Amino acid sequence: MDVEILARLQFAFTIAFHYIYPPLSIGLGVLLVIMEGMYLKTGNKEYERMTKFWVKVFALIFAIGVATGIVMEFEFGTNWATYSRYVGDIFGSALAAEGIFAFFLESGFLAILVFGWNKVSPKIHFLSTIMVSFGSMLSAVWIVVANSWQQTPAGYHIVGEGLNARAEITDFWQMVFNPSSMERLSHVLSGAWLAGAFFVLSVSAYYIIKNRHVEISKKAVKIALSLAIFASLFQLFTGHKSAVGISENQPAKLAAFEAHYDSSAPGTLYLFGWVNEDKQEVNFGIGLPGFLSYLIYGDFNTPVKGLNSFPEDERPPVNIVFQTYHMMVAIGMGLIGISLFGAFLWWRGKLFDYKWYLYILMFSVLLPQIANQIGWVSAEVGRQPWIVYGLLRTSDALSKTVDANQILFSLILFIIIYLLLFVLFIFLLNEKIKHGPDDSDDTSSEYAHSKQLFSTN
Amino acid sequence: MEFTFDLNTIWFILIGVLLTGYAFLDGFDLGVGAIHLFIKGDNNRRISINAIGPVWDGNEVWLVTGGGALFAAFPHVYATVFSGFYNAFMLLIFMLIFRAVAIEFRSKQPMQWWRNMWDRAFSISSILIAFLMGVSIGNIITGVPIGPDKEFAGTFLGMLTPYTIMVGITTVALFMMHGSIYLTMKTEGDLHETIRTWVNNAIIFFVIMYTTTTMATLIYYPNMTKHFVENPGLFIIAILNMLAIANIPRVIQRRKDFFAFLSSGAVIASLLVLFAIGIFPNLVLSNPNPEYSLNIYNAASSQKTLQIMLTIAMIGVPFVLAYTVSIYWVFRGKVKIDSSSY
Repeated sequence: MDVEILARLQFAFTIAFHYIYPPLSIGLGVLLVIMEGMYLKTGNKEYERMTKFWVKVFALIFAIGVATGIVMEFEFGTNWATYSRYVGDIFGSALAAEGIFAFFLESGFLAILVFGWNKVSPKIHFLSTIMVSFGSMLSAVWIVVANSWQQTPAGYHIVGEGLNARAEITDFWQMVFNPSSMERLSHVLSGAWLAGAFFVLSVSAYYIIKNRHVEISKKAVKIALSLAIFASLFQLFTGHKSAVGISENQPAKLAAFEAHYDSSAPGTLYLFGWVNEDKQEVNFGIGLPGFLSYLIYGDFNTPVKGLNSFPEDERPPVNIVFQTYHMMVAIGMGLIGISLFGAFLWWRGKLFDYKWYLYILMFSVLLPQIANQIGWVSAEVGRQPWIVYGLLRTSDALSKTVDANQILFSLILFIIIYLLLFVLFIFLLNEKIKHGPDDSDDTSSEYAHSKQLFSTN
Repeated sequence: MEFTFDLNTIWFILIGVLLTGYAFLDGFDLGVGAIHLFIKGDNNRRISINAIGPVWDGNEVWLVTGGGALFAAFPHVYATVFSGFYNAFMLLIFMLIFRAVAIEFRSKQPMQWWRNMWDRAFSISSILIAFLMGVSIGNIITGVPIGPDKEFAGTFLGMLTPYTIMVGITTVALFMMHGSIYLTMKTEGDLHETIRTWVNNAIIFFVIMYTTTTMATLIYYPNMTKHFVENPGLFIIAILNMLAIANIPRVIQRRKDFFAFLSSGAVIASLLVLFAIGIFPNLVLSNPNPEYSLNIYNAASSQKTLQIMLTIAMIGVPFVLAYTVSIYWVFRGKVKIDSSSY
């Protein structure tokens, strides 16, 4: 295997594994703010126990997110040195801003969130929870801005030629608010909220089914379901905005989403299908003719730019982009269905009456995770063969001094270590879930202890 | 090269500050890891891990931000060093992962074998991380082969010379001293008295390594002294460095552990300042072709980016300092194990 394939595989594997965790902490962070806010507002101890339980889960997720996140920062330099030289002037400011504004905020206040229950007042603790949640979203801001710049470069000019060419910044705010950054950011954030919401829904539904911690879990379901209803609908909106943006800024990617080859024809919106890339047609598919044109232009007959308008060496692989995109959309619709059905049951006062619905909630934890992963696959593979859209090819972005054997070796190590890490994570998560929220006696004594600490300090 | 106080120089200093912050802060938790296996008894080891529990994560952010700032301000250095030292960086990454996981997972299960396993992972990874950092510094002093295309032209094993290994061991010793002093502030009773005796051993270990390495530097890498010869006033930093070292046993004797900690922090800071003055304005010295060295001008981002980042830093750093200080304040005092501990 050559260096390019291996480097891409390694990056894909490490980023996919990493991306299990940040969406969970972003989504869970929002829920922690609501849970602890409810506790402070109502004084109900069950909200406190709920918050403490989920903080422990949060800490576990956060730790693995940090450990696998450093890898990502280092990999730009180790595997993509030419890319780093090319984009350093632009990408660098976003990354530095992420470190200074977001990471310090998250990791600093995380200490108080996890270890500070007995050390600060409830209000300061609540403030720390807000800061951790805010910090985790802020880090999404900067990393998505940087990634969006790769999709739709703006606010730059190219300096130097050939091997020495690189992008230099001309306008920071144009770079930050490049054409795709805001719609992609909102899409990523609501994907993360969904991951967190369905995680809490799943564990809480499990407790209700098992008849354990029932009162706490019912409250948690209501909090998480509210977020899920909002986020799943918002996701539809941001997804649509993104697709329209892509049709303007990255037409080759949009054409790959729907396997649309012929530029003179209106676009078909497929529900599913299998792309035969040689014959340039969709097999076994059901499509709605003209609907793609309608969604983008509001008119069924407007032609959509197709893949045939692009030279063959500027087209992304079509079938994988098509499949991942359609599966993401389908899951998104499914999440809306599950959330709205829950809202309906809640309205009728029967939210916890149907066991089968609780089972659906329990297993639905995987859906946002899958959608987040494959959504990124369609976004990133859809950008190929470019690493920076229209400017730098992925094949030209590699490290010149790293050979295939080195990457193969590190890739194998990553696979082994990450698999072990994942097994450990699931094992410890399972232990925490089995243990569940602490009993109320224990927490109240801890709370008294913290009050006492305060009065003596 | 003439010293001009421009944006490139400011960023040389700022990255130095970030890496010094990293060495000062993560230095003590790496040091705690390095001496962790000497601590006997499960409860004592829990105290050792919980002494750094709330803060190690934030300390590591200094490395992440330092790396990000290097990427942004001097992308060629970032690209050349990270790709050139691929194997070393992969090893560093794996050690950072092991270490984070070990701290997080160790106390989650009661089995003895489980805890022993993670204790070892925690300690060995801490030592190796410190060692690799030292070896990197050693390589920047000796210089590495760099081609006209700014690409690294050497080998992985070429990184390991007797000199760079010595700098690596010195770094481990320095962090052991720093970490053991930190633990004296966080422990009480018998454990505290035991660790107090280790501080003296760690100081001796460090001083021996430091003296030998300094002699080797002066003899074999006289280029490091160029600026000191030209500006004798700079020698005052070397004197301050020595005074800071000498101050540690003095205040430890008087049980002023916090001042000992500040002194060993001052040792770390002054050593890095001496190192930074020694290499200025180069970031990566090319050996044998010094004309290919990466310096703060030929490896830098545009003036515009350096300016933007300076604005970002001036807005962000006061916040960072404010909450770093408040968090250390919240978690001051001796370690008490409770239900939220590791």
